[in-house]
Amino acid sequence: MVEHKSVSYRLFNSINYLFFSVIGIACLVPFLIVLGSSFEAEQNLKEAGFALIPKQFTLYSYETVFQLNSVMQSFLVSVTVTVIGTLSALLVTSLLAYPLSQREMKFRSLILGYVLITMLFSGGLVPWYILITKYLHLKDTLWVLIVPYLVNPFNMFVLKSFFETIPREIVESARIDGAGHFRSFLNIVIPLSTPGLATIGLFYALAYWNDWWLSLNFIESDKLMPVQLLLKKMISNLTYISSQVDTSKFIQVPANGVQMATTIISIGPIFLVYPYIQKYFVKGLTIGSVKG
Amino acid sequence: MNAKTRARTAKSLLPGQGTLYLMALPGILFFFIFSYLPMFGVILAFKNYNFAGGIFGSPWAGFDNFEFFFTSPDLYRITFNTLFLNFLFIVFGTLAAVVTAVLLNEIRSKVSARIFQTFIFFPYFISWIVVSLFLGTFLSSERGIINQLLSAIGLDRVEFMNSPGLWPAILVVVYLWKSTGYGLVIYLAAITGINPEYYEAARIDGASRFQQIIRILLPQLRPTVLILLILAVGRIFYGDFGMIYALVGDNGQLYPTTDVIDTYVFRSLRTYGDIGMTSAVGLYQSLMGFLMVVLANWISKKLSDEKKGVLY
Repeated sequence: MVEHKSVSYRLFNSINYLFFSVIGIACLVPFLIVLGSSFEAEQNLKEAGFALIPKQFTLYSYETVFQLNSVMQSFLVSVTVTVIGTLSALLVTSLLAYPLSQREMKFRSLILGYVLITMLFSGGLVPWYILITKYLHLKDTLWVLIVPYLVNPFNMFVLKSFFETIPREIVESARIDGAGHFRSFLNIVIPLSTPGLATIGLFYALAYWNDWWLSLNFIESDKLMPVQLLLKKMISNLTYISSQVDTSKFIQVPANGVQMATTIISIGPIFLVYPYIQKYFVKGLTIGSVKG
Repeated sequence: MNAKTRARTAKSLLPGQGTLYLMALPGILFFFIFSYLPMFGVILAFKNYNFAGGIFGSPWAGFDNFEFFFTSPDLYRITFNTLFLNFLFIVFGTLAAVVTAVLLNEIRSKVSARIFQTFIFFPYFISWIVVSLFLGTFLSSERGIINQLLSAIGLDRVEFMNSPGLWPAILVVVYLWKSTGYGLVIYLAAITGINPEYYEAARIDGASRFQQIIRILLPQLRPTVLILLILAVGRIFYGDFGMIYALVGDNGQLYPTTDVIDTYVFRSLRTYGDIGMTSAVGLYQSLMGFLMVVLANWISKKLSDEKKGVLY
């Protein structure tokens, strides 16, 4: 390819690399600043606000966080909600997506329309809020952080597309051998769709882990506060954590450091698994955008 | 008809399909409870709600709730902010995603391209709450990075937290930072899907790389851009609550440029507890949103000359 060796092309290529290096760094810098700050001594943080490279390296912020019961409790709530939520959502969503991927199902288009309408029109916040608090009595329960997100129509359609890519012959031969719809779903379709299920599972896990809309609306008890809502309270009120702490135990809670350390712990799991799970997200987005 | 013949009739109608419906049942129930029941709740907009009476027992209020909202200056402000901010997000978001996708596609080393994509996609995985902490380290008045830089080079500090005029731009920058990776992934997939024979033919005709981008790549990308644009237009009446409330919160000084329908609705419900008026605003949003979806779908049908639009 001659053109790739021309001077103008090489110039363009270098600028392009520079451009992406700058953007790539810009995407990571805020994270690195908070990471650096989480290892900085509180006194320096109070003065400077942040530290990309800590002047006085200390683990004190993390030590404090791990001793703060309210923060640990929040992590427990978030982990519980994410694990139970993701598994239940995956179950209910795939149980709905599978029948809708079977062309012989009689009222298939009717049910598809039924799901589609929920993407086009909504009753709004107020009726939804009153339904959950007054009629379903879910306020201040663990369930309210899980149940309202059990089926995301977008995820359902993506999963349905995945199921549709499984060759019909495989499912049909199992049916001829006498397996019912449920048996063939469980023994044949599920094992063949692990990439699809992983993708949708990750979408759900990310949604549950990062969510604060449900807790903002329905959680008042500190015991049920997920980590995102706790962070929100810490950020809008720096003394929020110190006000909750038994003062005899700590001389001083490093409020800035605790905020930084809690943030890092909350994105730590994502940061660590992200390079390995990225490809599933790419796959899900690609299918989702084509099938809509 | 005895039970046996009834069962047989049902079976002949739906040969072995009972299981399929049984499997779908939890999902169907979910949408009935969490999507369809609230739709009936729109009657709240026409009621004078009290807790004891609930949705059905409260007295009717006619159009009082709407009158209050439609005569207040809030209607114009929050509608404008919602549409204007979403318009900025759509325009700049699409441009940024398409440009980065095209440029990233020019990077021949697969490893480098993968690393760049990994970096740019990363912010998509961060919650808005954490983004608000990131933003705080840049914008806070005393210790923020930007103000420290400004005073280091002898310029005046900027009070970001009470300068509403700056916030549409700030929100666009944050939006691009968080969402460009998402669009990039989608457009890059569309670019990789282009038949290589087109490029081959163009190369034989002596087209430069730049000409290939203009004449082949961009036109081939058009359908994907249109689909995403149309979907975004369908949602233009819905502000991103998670983003705006995390970044702006209860800072009333910024409301003139940042208060959108969704944050307004949330505040009216949770702070003022005005059920009737809030429902009226919610219904206004749902109806306008529905109209936009129908319009967007109609446009997509016209553009593609197909019987089916993007959505239905």
